Amino acid sequence: MGRKLLLEHVNVPGIETYEVYRKNGGYRSVEKALKTMSPQNVVEEVQASGLRGRGGAGFPTGMKWSFLAKPEGVPRYLLCNADESEPGTFKDRYLMEKLPHLLVEGMIVSSYALGANQSYIYIRGEYMFVLEIVEKAIAEAYANGWLGKNIMGSGYDLDLAICPGGGAYICGEETALIESLEGKRGNPRIKPPFPAVKGLWGCPTVVNNVESIAAVVPIVNDGGAEYAKIGIGKSTGTKLISASGNLVKPGVYEIDLGLSVEEFIYSDEWCGGIANGKKIKACVPGGSSVPILPANLICKTAEGTDRLMTYESLAEGGFASGSMLGSGGFIVFDEDQCIVRNTWNFARFYAHESCGQCSPCREGTGWMEKVLRRLEYGQGNLRDIDLLEEINKKIEGNTICPLGDAAAWPVAAAIRHFREEFEWHVTNPDEAQKRNFGIASNHMPLV
Amino acid sequence: MVKVIVDDIEVEVEPGTTILNAARKIGGEVVPPAMCYYSKLEGSGGKCRTCLVEVAAGSAADPRPMPKLVASCSTPVQDGMVIKNKTSERVREGRAAVTEFLLINHPLDCPICDQAGECHLQDLGFEHGKAGTRYEEKRRTYDPIDIGDKIKLHMNRCILCYRCVYTANQITDNRVHGVMHRGDHAEISTYIEKAIDNDFSGNVIDVCPVGALTDKTFRFKSRVWFLKPMNASCECTKCAGKAVVWMFGDEIARVTGRKDQYGEIEDVDGKTGWICNECRFDKKDKSKWNIEGPRVINRHSVISQGHYLTNDPKRDAKKLTGK
Ligand SMILES: Cc1cc2nc3c(=O)[nH]c(=O)nc-3n(C[C@H](O)[C@H](O)[C@H](O)COP(=O)(O)O)c2cc1C
Ligand code: SF4
Ligand code: SF4
Ligand code: FES
Repeated sequence: MGRKLLLEHVNVPGIETYEVYRKNGGYRSVEKALKTMSPQNVVEEVQASGLRGRGGAGFPTGMKWSFLAKPEGVPRYLLCNADESEPGTFKDRYLMEKLPHLLVEGMIVSSYALGANQSYIYIRGEYMFVLEIVEKAIAEAYANGWLGKNIMGSGYDLDLAICPGGGAYICGEETALIESLEGKRGNPRIKPPFPAVKGLWGCPTVVNNVESIAAVVPIVNDGGAEYAKIGIGKSTGTKLISASGNLVKPGVYEIDLGLSVEEFIYSDEWCGGIANGKKIKACVPGGSSVPILPANLICKTAEGTDRLMTYESLAEGGFASGSMLGSGGFIVFDEDQCIVRNTWNFARFYAHESCGQCSPCREGTGWMEKVLRRLEYGQGNLRDIDLLEEINKKIEGNTICPLGDAAAWPVAAAIRHFREEFEWHVTNPDEAQKRNFGIASNHMPLV
Repeated sequence: MVKVIVDDIEVEVEPGTTILNAARKIGGEVVPPAMCYYSKLEGSGGKCRTCLVEVAAGSAADPRPMPKLVASCSTPVQDGMVIKNKTSERVREGRAAVTEFLLINHPLDCPICDQAGECHLQDLGFEHGKAGTRYEEKRRTYDPIDIGDKIKLHMNRCILCYRCVYTANQITDNRVHGVMHRGDHAEISTYIEKAIDNDFSGNVIDVCPVGALTDKTFRFKSRVWFLKPMNASCECTKCAGKAVVWMFGDEIARVTGRKDQYGEIEDVDGKTGWICNECRFDKKDKSKWNIEGPRVINRHSVISQGHYLTNDPKRDAKKLTGK
């Protein structure tokens, strides 16, 4: 098994309780930071680590922290984005469920680094059972003096609260998250101003993913330089991958960035290959928002080099033949899966989750969903395939937040790589209906 | 002051001005259409995307073009910025796309819509729309509902510009009006159809760019282009009493606020001239108003046709004298 920085103690019985967590070296980073480091030192370590945001965009966390405005007399906030709602992504849930204290510990060190005295964890509304676990961990941390006034006699105060969302994917977008936390409708804000200048209640704010915050713990414990030794180039450290689909062993894995995609899918140490002896047909490597890759572009790039699990390698070839690491929602499709149905399924998700603020996304996502539904149910025509391409070109880049792009890219990529399959659905409508759709056979209408 | 160029015309504006307002300072053809921005409403804009423009040079200091089209209503200018509106093919395409999106779920029921003739979506469709549609799906539909006893909501026609939401939020004291649901199934609503019961609620009709919110006291009375708008004032304790009365013969068919060429309520004594519900809905008796004179309607829209005065003295002279 590879190295574990985040999930090292995940199988220790009782690790979700304070005592066991503490016995296994928990809260060391808080001791170290508060006693021996200035907030600036912590920021520098995170910068040195090369850690990139694990929420999807991969923006360097240290750089984001250094952008935080620090006007006198204005509070600053750290918000943890635990709204994890991207189809195919479930790593944050796993981490919070198994290691709630790791997140609390990360929140304390990160808040200290940013000079925040009030921090929030915004958790997906559907994760109520996880909320209870994290809430318990927070209470234990308070009881043991890791939260509250004058933590460890350092003079640093921090309150940590948890806030459940109402079950909207869009509230994972950082400015929508802020609106929602303020008690408003979760519509993304128009940027600029960016949260680093004007975020929660108009104050400078940093929003980070659960995994990014947890990664600060090993970075502080072992040093940023040590963390940066793992990985390749600008993809440093370890990453949690939520592997799902037709794999022998789906699940959450912590990998060293730089692992080859082939090894990740096929080696017994990781996913163990494709289930039921089938062949791989396609893979969505970074959650539903990223372009789908056809079989020939999964383990190799278009140039024929090995595809690696890094931000750069997965993106190699751009939109023509690459994809993105995104949030690490690694979805594998075997030869029996229907790409049209899957594309429709994703489109249905985005049409349901668009906040409806800007016209291209509001109308475009609904339109694509309807056209794809027709294609899937054998009522499409060949014109529709070009129409879909046209619609997503019109959404892309013309919206307030990236959800519009996230809705357009998967459709564009599916048509780019699997056009014949779309055409086949048009020309063989009856055949198309008879196939076994495996995981994608959910007929429940969303709306 | 900073200098910017919009469609090859230079203009000087205060730093922090938006591209849209810089273009409005020039006026005329270079002004992008704005369906959701409303200068009198804080926070408005950025949503409809009809005002997209191309930034060919970001600023004098950094003359690189911006990769995406930007919403001119919410993007501040930089010194030396070069903006393309009418002169950009990409903008024309982008705007046509937005127009198409705005129309796919629109009922296109202009023949029975009170807003026809003064509707900003009609103007947009006329300029940037196509004759046919590629939309073969069922349109999203809702039943019309009453918002109080004076306002009708035709949600089918709504473009979700949020102007009415901001209006209800900012000029009435109780917030009972907002947006429910998400995506293309979002709808504006007074929460569970509770009427907006407020002296100024009628202003949501004036800010609505389309026929989604209409005046029930005027419904189906006349087409707007048959009416003669007159500036009128009255003694009112609730508002400034400066309004436009729309005459059908000798009768007042409806009363609205005084809107400028962009559909925005004009300032009266330095404040936005919102009118109260009493003036709007109840004063339909000519004797209650002091008629000041004809109202200039300066819009490239059906409503400007057939009127006696425009902002163009030459054209006015021709109209009045027939020469
Ligand atoms: C539609 C949408 C949904 C998002 N959902 C999430 C989410 O569930 N969790 C998350 O961490 N980031 C999500 N993001 C990304 C956040 O906006 C933000 O970039 C991220 O939380 C920053 O944290 P990081 O720098 O640690 O990755 C979403 C973005 C968009 C546009
Ligand atoms: S892109 Fe979609 S989700 Fe984002 S603000 Fe616009 S309508 Fe809302
Ligand atoms: S009802 Fe009119 S003003 Fe209100 S959101 Fe819809 S279009 Fe805009
Ligand atoms: S007017 Fe600018 S986006 Fe609507």
